[in-house]
Amino acid sequence: MARLQVETVINGEPREFLCDANQSMLDVLRDELGLTGTKEGCGTGDCGACSVLVDGRLVCSCLMLGVEASGKSVETIEGIAGEDGLHPLQRQFLENAALQCGICTPGFIVASKALLAKNPNPDEETIRYWLAGNLCRCTGYDKIIRAVQDAAAEMSHPA
Amino acid sequence: MESYAYAAPSSVSETVALLAQNASEGRQTQILAGGTDVLVQMRAAGHTPRTIIDIKTLAETNRLDVSADGIYIGAAVPSAVINEHALLRSALPGLLEAADLIGSTQIQGRATICGNLCNASPAGDSIPAMIAAGAICEIATAAGSREIAAEDFVVGVGRNALAPGEFLLGLKLAMPSAETKDAYLRFTPRTEMDIAVAGVGVSLTVAGGRCTQARVAIGAVAPTAMLVPEAAEALIGTDLNDTALHQAGEACKAAASPISDKRGTAEYRKKVVAVLCRRAIVVAHQRIQGA
Repeated sequence: MARLQVETVINGEPREFLCDANQSMLDVLRDELGLTGTKEGCGTGDCGACSVLVDGRLVCSCLMLGVEASGKSVETIEGIAGEDGLHPLQRQFLENAALQCGICTPGFIVASKALLAKNPNPDEETIRYWLAGNLCRCTGYDKIIRAVQDAAAEMSHPA
Repeated sequence: MESYAYAAPSSVSETVALLAQNASEGRQTQILAGGTDVLVQMRAAGHTPRTIIDIKTLAETNRLDVSADGIYIGAAVPSAVINEHALLRSALPGLLEAADLIGSTQIQGRATICGNLCNASPAGDSIPAMIAAGAICEIATAAGSREIAAEDFVVGVGRNALAPGEFLLGLKLAMPSAETKDAYLRFTPRTEMDIAVAGVGVSLTVAGGRCTQARVAIGAVAPTAMLVPEAAEALIGTDLNDTALHQAGEACKAAASPISDKRGTAEYRKKVVAVLCRRAIVVAHQRIQGA
């Protein structure tokens, strides 16, 4: 059957793509648009590796159809860094060594960005609950939590 | 070979017409709202391709009205949105804490409580809470619409009361008085990202120190979440003393017909549902007292 034509905005840029009716947004990002920063972990919404923002709302792109992006604004890991370098979250994940294999990292950073937009100064418990849908099987979570806390501090008190 | 198709109708009448047309052509349909259950099911082996009808573009399903005249939660309103509604949080804290227990932040960004109801899992956390709160389901039909109580919506494991050609538009609830509060408690082995072993929703009205109205609903301990009128009867007319709480808990235990599985044995679930009932009553009562 004919593929569906979708007009959307990705990382601030208007984009058009073709997709199948049952193709996930994750597969569209990776296979149609070449945005492979967003990862597939479980494909069932349990691990958070495919986290993206849709109209500012944190979602699993594996649980969204590509066609549902029509008329929406999608932000992926590729849109996190600014023109003048890494986002504080990205920098603090590096500083704190909050990653090993890196598959979960884009999801953690996108999810953490959504948290800091809602709550610029979250306590540890808030961070842990917010990130409960992001699984890491390498580092444990302490370094990730510290990276988010350090990024929050940096963003509220820029050097 | 049949393939998937996608439609995003712009009106309820167009949606109902599309459902009828698909049925007449022998095509299967899948209503899509948040999609957090639907997309997982679509990926399962042996799933038959069908026409996906996205109801997120309808004005009716996006309604979220909270006023003294009543509460309406449209079928496409995600849990994250209802949980951010301060007035709704004070009016129906139990329903919102149930919605807040379902899945991660990511899931709640898309998942809807109406979808939780339609999915009809025995362990759906929002279902006992909406039954306790007295939610009425507004269903779009070919003739217009019809209403049924939330406790009558789920008719079996994974089965709901929607007839072919119908879909759920939203939930209607009365605005609770200051003397009425709800609560939902569930038990899971860990604090987050788990499926209920047992769950209890309660809604109480307490005036002059006496319980004047009560609704108690249990989940994950029977094929469907269910209202337990005997538990409510044990509370009404009392000052919610320990004896009344114990009797309500025993009524929940008696109404439960759980299975034994990896999350707990039937015997354990019956014991836990009584404990959760007593505790949920205490929480709702404290909320009425402003504690």
